[in-house]
Amino acid sequence: MATVAEPLEQVKQRIDLIANEKAREEVDSGEAKLIDVREPHEWDEAHLEGATHVPQAELLDRISELVPDRSDRIVLYCRTDNRSSRAADALQDLGYENVSVVRGGIVGWQEAGLPVVAPEGLTAEQRMRYSRHTLLPEVGVDGQVKLLNSKVLLIGAGGLGAPSALYLAAAGVGTIGIVDDDAVDESNLQRQIIHTTDRVGVPKTASARASIEALNPDVKVVEHRTRLDADNVLDIISDYDVLVDGADNFPTRYLLNDASVRLRKPVVSASILAFDGQVSTFVPYEGPCYRCLYPVPPPPEMAPSCGAAGVLGVMAGVMGLLQANEVLKLVAGIGEPLIGRLLLYDSLGTRFTELKVNRDPDCPICGDAAPEIDESEMGKFPDYEAFCAGAPVLR
Amino acid sequence: MPTVKIPPVLRAQTGGEAEVPTPGSTVGDVLRSLAEAHPATRAQLFADGGDLNRYVNVYLNDEDVRVLEGLDTRVSDSDTVVILPAMAGGA
Repeated sequence: MATVAEPLEQVKQRIDLIANEKAREEVDSGEAKLIDVREPHEWDEAHLEGATHVPQAELLDRISELVPDRSDRIVLYCRTDNRSSRAADALQDLGYENVSVVRGGIVGWQEAGLPVVAPEGLTAEQRMRYSRHTLLPEVGVDGQVKLLNSKVLLIGAGGLGAPSALYLAAAGVGTIGIVDDDAVDESNLQRQIIHTTDRVGVPKTASARASIEALNPDVKVVEHRTRLDADNVLDIISDYDVLVDGADNFPTRYLLNDASVRLRKPVVSASILAFDGQVSTFVPYEGPCYRCLYPVPPPPEMAPSCGAAGVLGVMAGVMGLLQANEVLKLVAGIGEPLIGRLLLYDSLGTRFTELKVNRDPDCPICGDAAPEIDESEMGKFPDYEAFCAGAPVLR
Repeated sequence: MPTVKIPPVLRAQTGGEAEVPTPGSTVGDVLRSLAEAHPATRAQLFADGGDLNRYVNVYLNDEDVRVLEGLDTRVSDSDTVVILPAMAGGA
């Protein structure tokens, strides 16, 4: 009789371990009852054809109803063969005389190239590619399918856009749109790691697409070789589920904000300069919008560009990846996004600071008294350049 | 004494320091002391009438002072006042 403490190697000496082919033959011919003793999320990811699912903890309670005759043939399997060996040992103690275990379990089975049954939504290649995601109970196959069905728009394929595009592509975001009208420049390569030396001079959207396609053929890249403006913003953003703001200027950030609130699209927004970065997630009406946080842009001398003041290359990576992290949470519906929270990162001290951001009841865009935009006004936006230059805005 | 966290764009005006201990019993007092000690920061922080510039956000610890008592918000010695302008850069 095995105790919990008995070493596995000892237990296994009492167990008949059989090869994949033998197991397959016996199950196909109807001679054996094949039982999968793993956890539900493992079964959901993939299982053997013809198997019955009975998690190990329930096996002893349910076996007499499943297999009333203790001389009937039973074949167990698990992920490798540890759990199934212990389970087989327990069945033997109950008097089951004809129990075997598939040596190597479903891992060995798949490594031998034998077919498994997987739920709809993931091909065999995808199960392999995203296995580190689907192993996470919070993600699972369902979460991965959500990622594959999602559409994310990156505004800017530069410092912030580059790393987040790579990780979102790696994660299997099914459609990645990129808005950028610039070409790759040598000075970009210190931080825009999606581009390469041999693609200097190539449009950034094309360069990004090449890297993404090489990394993950599941991803469809949509190039928007343009700058966002009042005339195109609604058309461009309407196709996407989440917007990622990696712009390098205030007028675009305000335009994106106003348009995203009108269409109720969440925006994951970040900015970097020198050794510092900021990131937050704006979900219209659920939390603050960009204007709630920054009602008015600073004068130019208080907000230099990276081109003027410099930026530590890795800052683009840290903040861009924090943006990708937010996108994955929003799409998969897990964790706690940075709604109402502004995360500041100082790379010199390696310190994070979190500040609270509140919805501004007087916000001209998402506040209670903000004007209702009717159909005819939907595509009309104020002059953001003038707004940012400090001229009075007539709304 | 309360501490003021200086954003990168203002550090040149505070002698390069990122954190400056600054006396005051309200947020307004603290910022005015800062401007006294480092006059180059005055124009960045304050508009002509003595109000805070709208493009500068100020936090008492992690809370925007706009949802507290603004410049009249009381400050204790263990508090941090954070000055935060927006950053445009993403490229």
